[in-house]
Amino acid sequence: MNPYLVPGLIAVVLVTVGIGVYGLRFARTTSDFLVASRSVSPAWNAAAISGEYLSAASFLGIAGLVLRYGVDVLWYPVGFAAGYLALLLFVAAPLRRSGAFTLPDFCQVRLGSPLLRRLASVFVVFICCLYLVPQLQGAGLTFTTVTGGSYAWGALLVGVIVTANVALGGMRAITFVQAFQYWLKLTALAVPVIFLALQWQSDGRPPVAPEVGTSFSVATTVVIEQDATVDGVPVEKGQQLSFAAGDPVPRVSAVDARFDADWLLPGGDGTLFATYSLILATFLGTMGLPHVLVRFYTNPDGASARRTTLVVLGLVGTFYLLPTLYGVLGRIYTPQLLMTGRTDAVVLLLPEAALGGGHLGRLLGALVTAGALAAFLSTSSGLLTSVAGVVFTDVLHAGRTGSVRDFRLATVLAAAVPVLLSLYVSSMDVSRVVGLAFAVAASSFCPLLVLGIWWRRLTDVGAIAGVLAGGGASMAAVLRTVLGPPLDGWLADAVGQPAAWTVPLAFLVMVVGSLLTSRRVPPDVGATMLRLHAPESLRV
Amino acid sequence: MAADDQTEPNPTPGEAAIRRTRVVLGEAAARRRPADRARADLAEQTPVGEALVRGLVRAQLALALRLALVVVIALGALPLLFAVAPGVAGVKVFGIFLPWVLLGVLSFPFLIGVGWAYVRWAERNEQDFIALIRRPEQ
Repeated sequence: MNPYLVPGLIAVVLVTVGIGVYGLRFARTTSDFLVASRSVSPAWNAAAISGEYLSAASFLGIAGLVLRYGVDVLWYPVGFAAGYLALLLFVAAPLRRSGAFTLPDFCQVRLGSPLLRRLASVFVVFICCLYLVPQLQGAGLTFTTVTGGSYAWGALLVGVIVTANVALGGMRAITFVQAFQYWLKLTALAVPVIFLALQWQSDGRPPVAPEVGTSFSVATTVVIEQDATVDGVPVEKGQQLSFAAGDPVPRVSAVDARFDADWLLPGGDGTLFATYSLILATFLGTMGLPHVLVRFYTNPDGASARRTTLVVLGLVGTFYLLPTLYGVLGRIYTPQLLMTGRTDAVVLLLPEAALGGGHLGRLLGALVTAGALAAFLSTSSGLLTSVAGVVFTDVLHAGRTGSVRDFRLATVLAAAVPVLLSLYVSSMDVSRVVGLAFAVAASSFCPLLVLGIWWRRLTDVGAIAGVLAGGGASMAAVLRTVLGPPLDGWLADAVGQPAAWTVPLAFLVMVVGSLLTSRRVPPDVGATMLRLHAPESLRV
Repeated sequence: MAADDQTEPNPTPGEAAIRRTRVVLGEAAARRRPADRARADLAEQTPVGEALVRGLVRAQLALALRLALVVVIALGALPLLFAVAPGVAGVKVFGIFLPWVLLGVLSFPFLIGVGWAYVRWAERNEQDFIALIRRPEQ
């Protein structure tokens, strides 16, 4: 095993806990815990939002998908970044001016309906769990890949660290932890990629999609773990296949991947519907992610919320330039992953595969693994803070009088379910589930926020109907995809990538429902609109 | 949760006037009255206040929709373009296929540029709104 690995991982955990404890010295009241007393500067806040946002799906998943499917999946990073533009254009400043801390709070401020508030709480918990479970699973898989240890220990370890950190430090500490972790993640991908590119140069710039097909760059042995066919020849579990350098990579029946020009050019077997559905989910889903929205309350006013979002767009956009390079270089240096199907591990394995097992390769390997750990820690901390916030205010009904101890209780309660789930549901596919969380957010909270902010005639009945129709449909599609057997034909696309029909459905039902119940438009809608849109300096 | 507004008292002209400074106060009051009226319109939700806020909301929404349309046309058309005209996807720029360059690299500065333009123009809309409220009546 890589000797730099354990010190690297321990360092990340120690710094995380250390900053958490340092933050504890400032965290005195419940308000400190929840919203960092709103004294966080835009640069810190933007780095914290980015650190929180760049999850296992971004750090490991995108490179793995690029390795497997090629140019078509570049819509994932583009969509993950573009989501912040949609958030900036339609939500950032008005949401901050609404004074709402969580999405259920926004429902209360805008429509004053306790039922809608409860419904929103249900969706917050569902989306956060959907997003939290794959983070912990990613942690478990990384633990298995790098150390050979058991999956459950990796998931449990990250789960416990995150719970302790949120329960002890609250959000103020989390802000500094998250900001640190953004820069760690960026460094962990940016530094190795420089050495990888130099190595590629000195290897004579091998083509990523050679004429003769993708081939092994060094002699490789692959152990078969399940019955399948390799290039049409059946193989059995336990069999070992050896390949010399220059041998073409065979196609394994159990692994879905693309080869040659198919990989290099768009189109392939992904349908146009699936591509547009993905674009819609990622562009509109970001604004509905509860752990992202909570951060906007830490801006002092609407204008700074806008500037923070712009900085986030820059930070996130910079980061997303990197995973693609890993996926592309993985095509040259780690083609065996196309046989095993463990493409998500490409970021972790590439430094040692390309640079050899020397000190440099191992050091950089430890660096990317530390970055991956930072990705699990930061995203799960943010998600947990959001669920805990909702459990604290809406389940324990603690409100403003709630004590710090109640918040800690809420955190432990909120962490228990996803940690247990991640131990028992290990067959879920990591990057796909994250995409599904975006689809649910885009079909429930996106219409609620956009119409709530810009359309006076929205009513509570319309909003409830829209969230139930769009959010409910996408929730059902997600549960069917995750729990049920695979589907065929057009139904597979419609259920596997539901956003293309659930988002328009949610908007339509919300608008029609509101128009039918136009008497229920809140009487204070004018005052609310003034509050949402007028600059703070005009507050009257 | 957590309403953070602080209600500013509406200064009534002439109130608490001290004889010695009456002239100055009169001038100040004359200068401030229209602004106060616009502010009061906003606060009391008079038809004028409603119209002012509607105008701001409409301006901001139009700006956001216009920029969203730019992104939808520029990025949203790409999958369709590549599907309809596969020849475009085969074009190479600096030895790299065009879709990789567009999606993997250029889309990010493009998004940031649109965001920067939005922040600039949205703040200008707000400045215009503030100027409208504070403008002395001619």
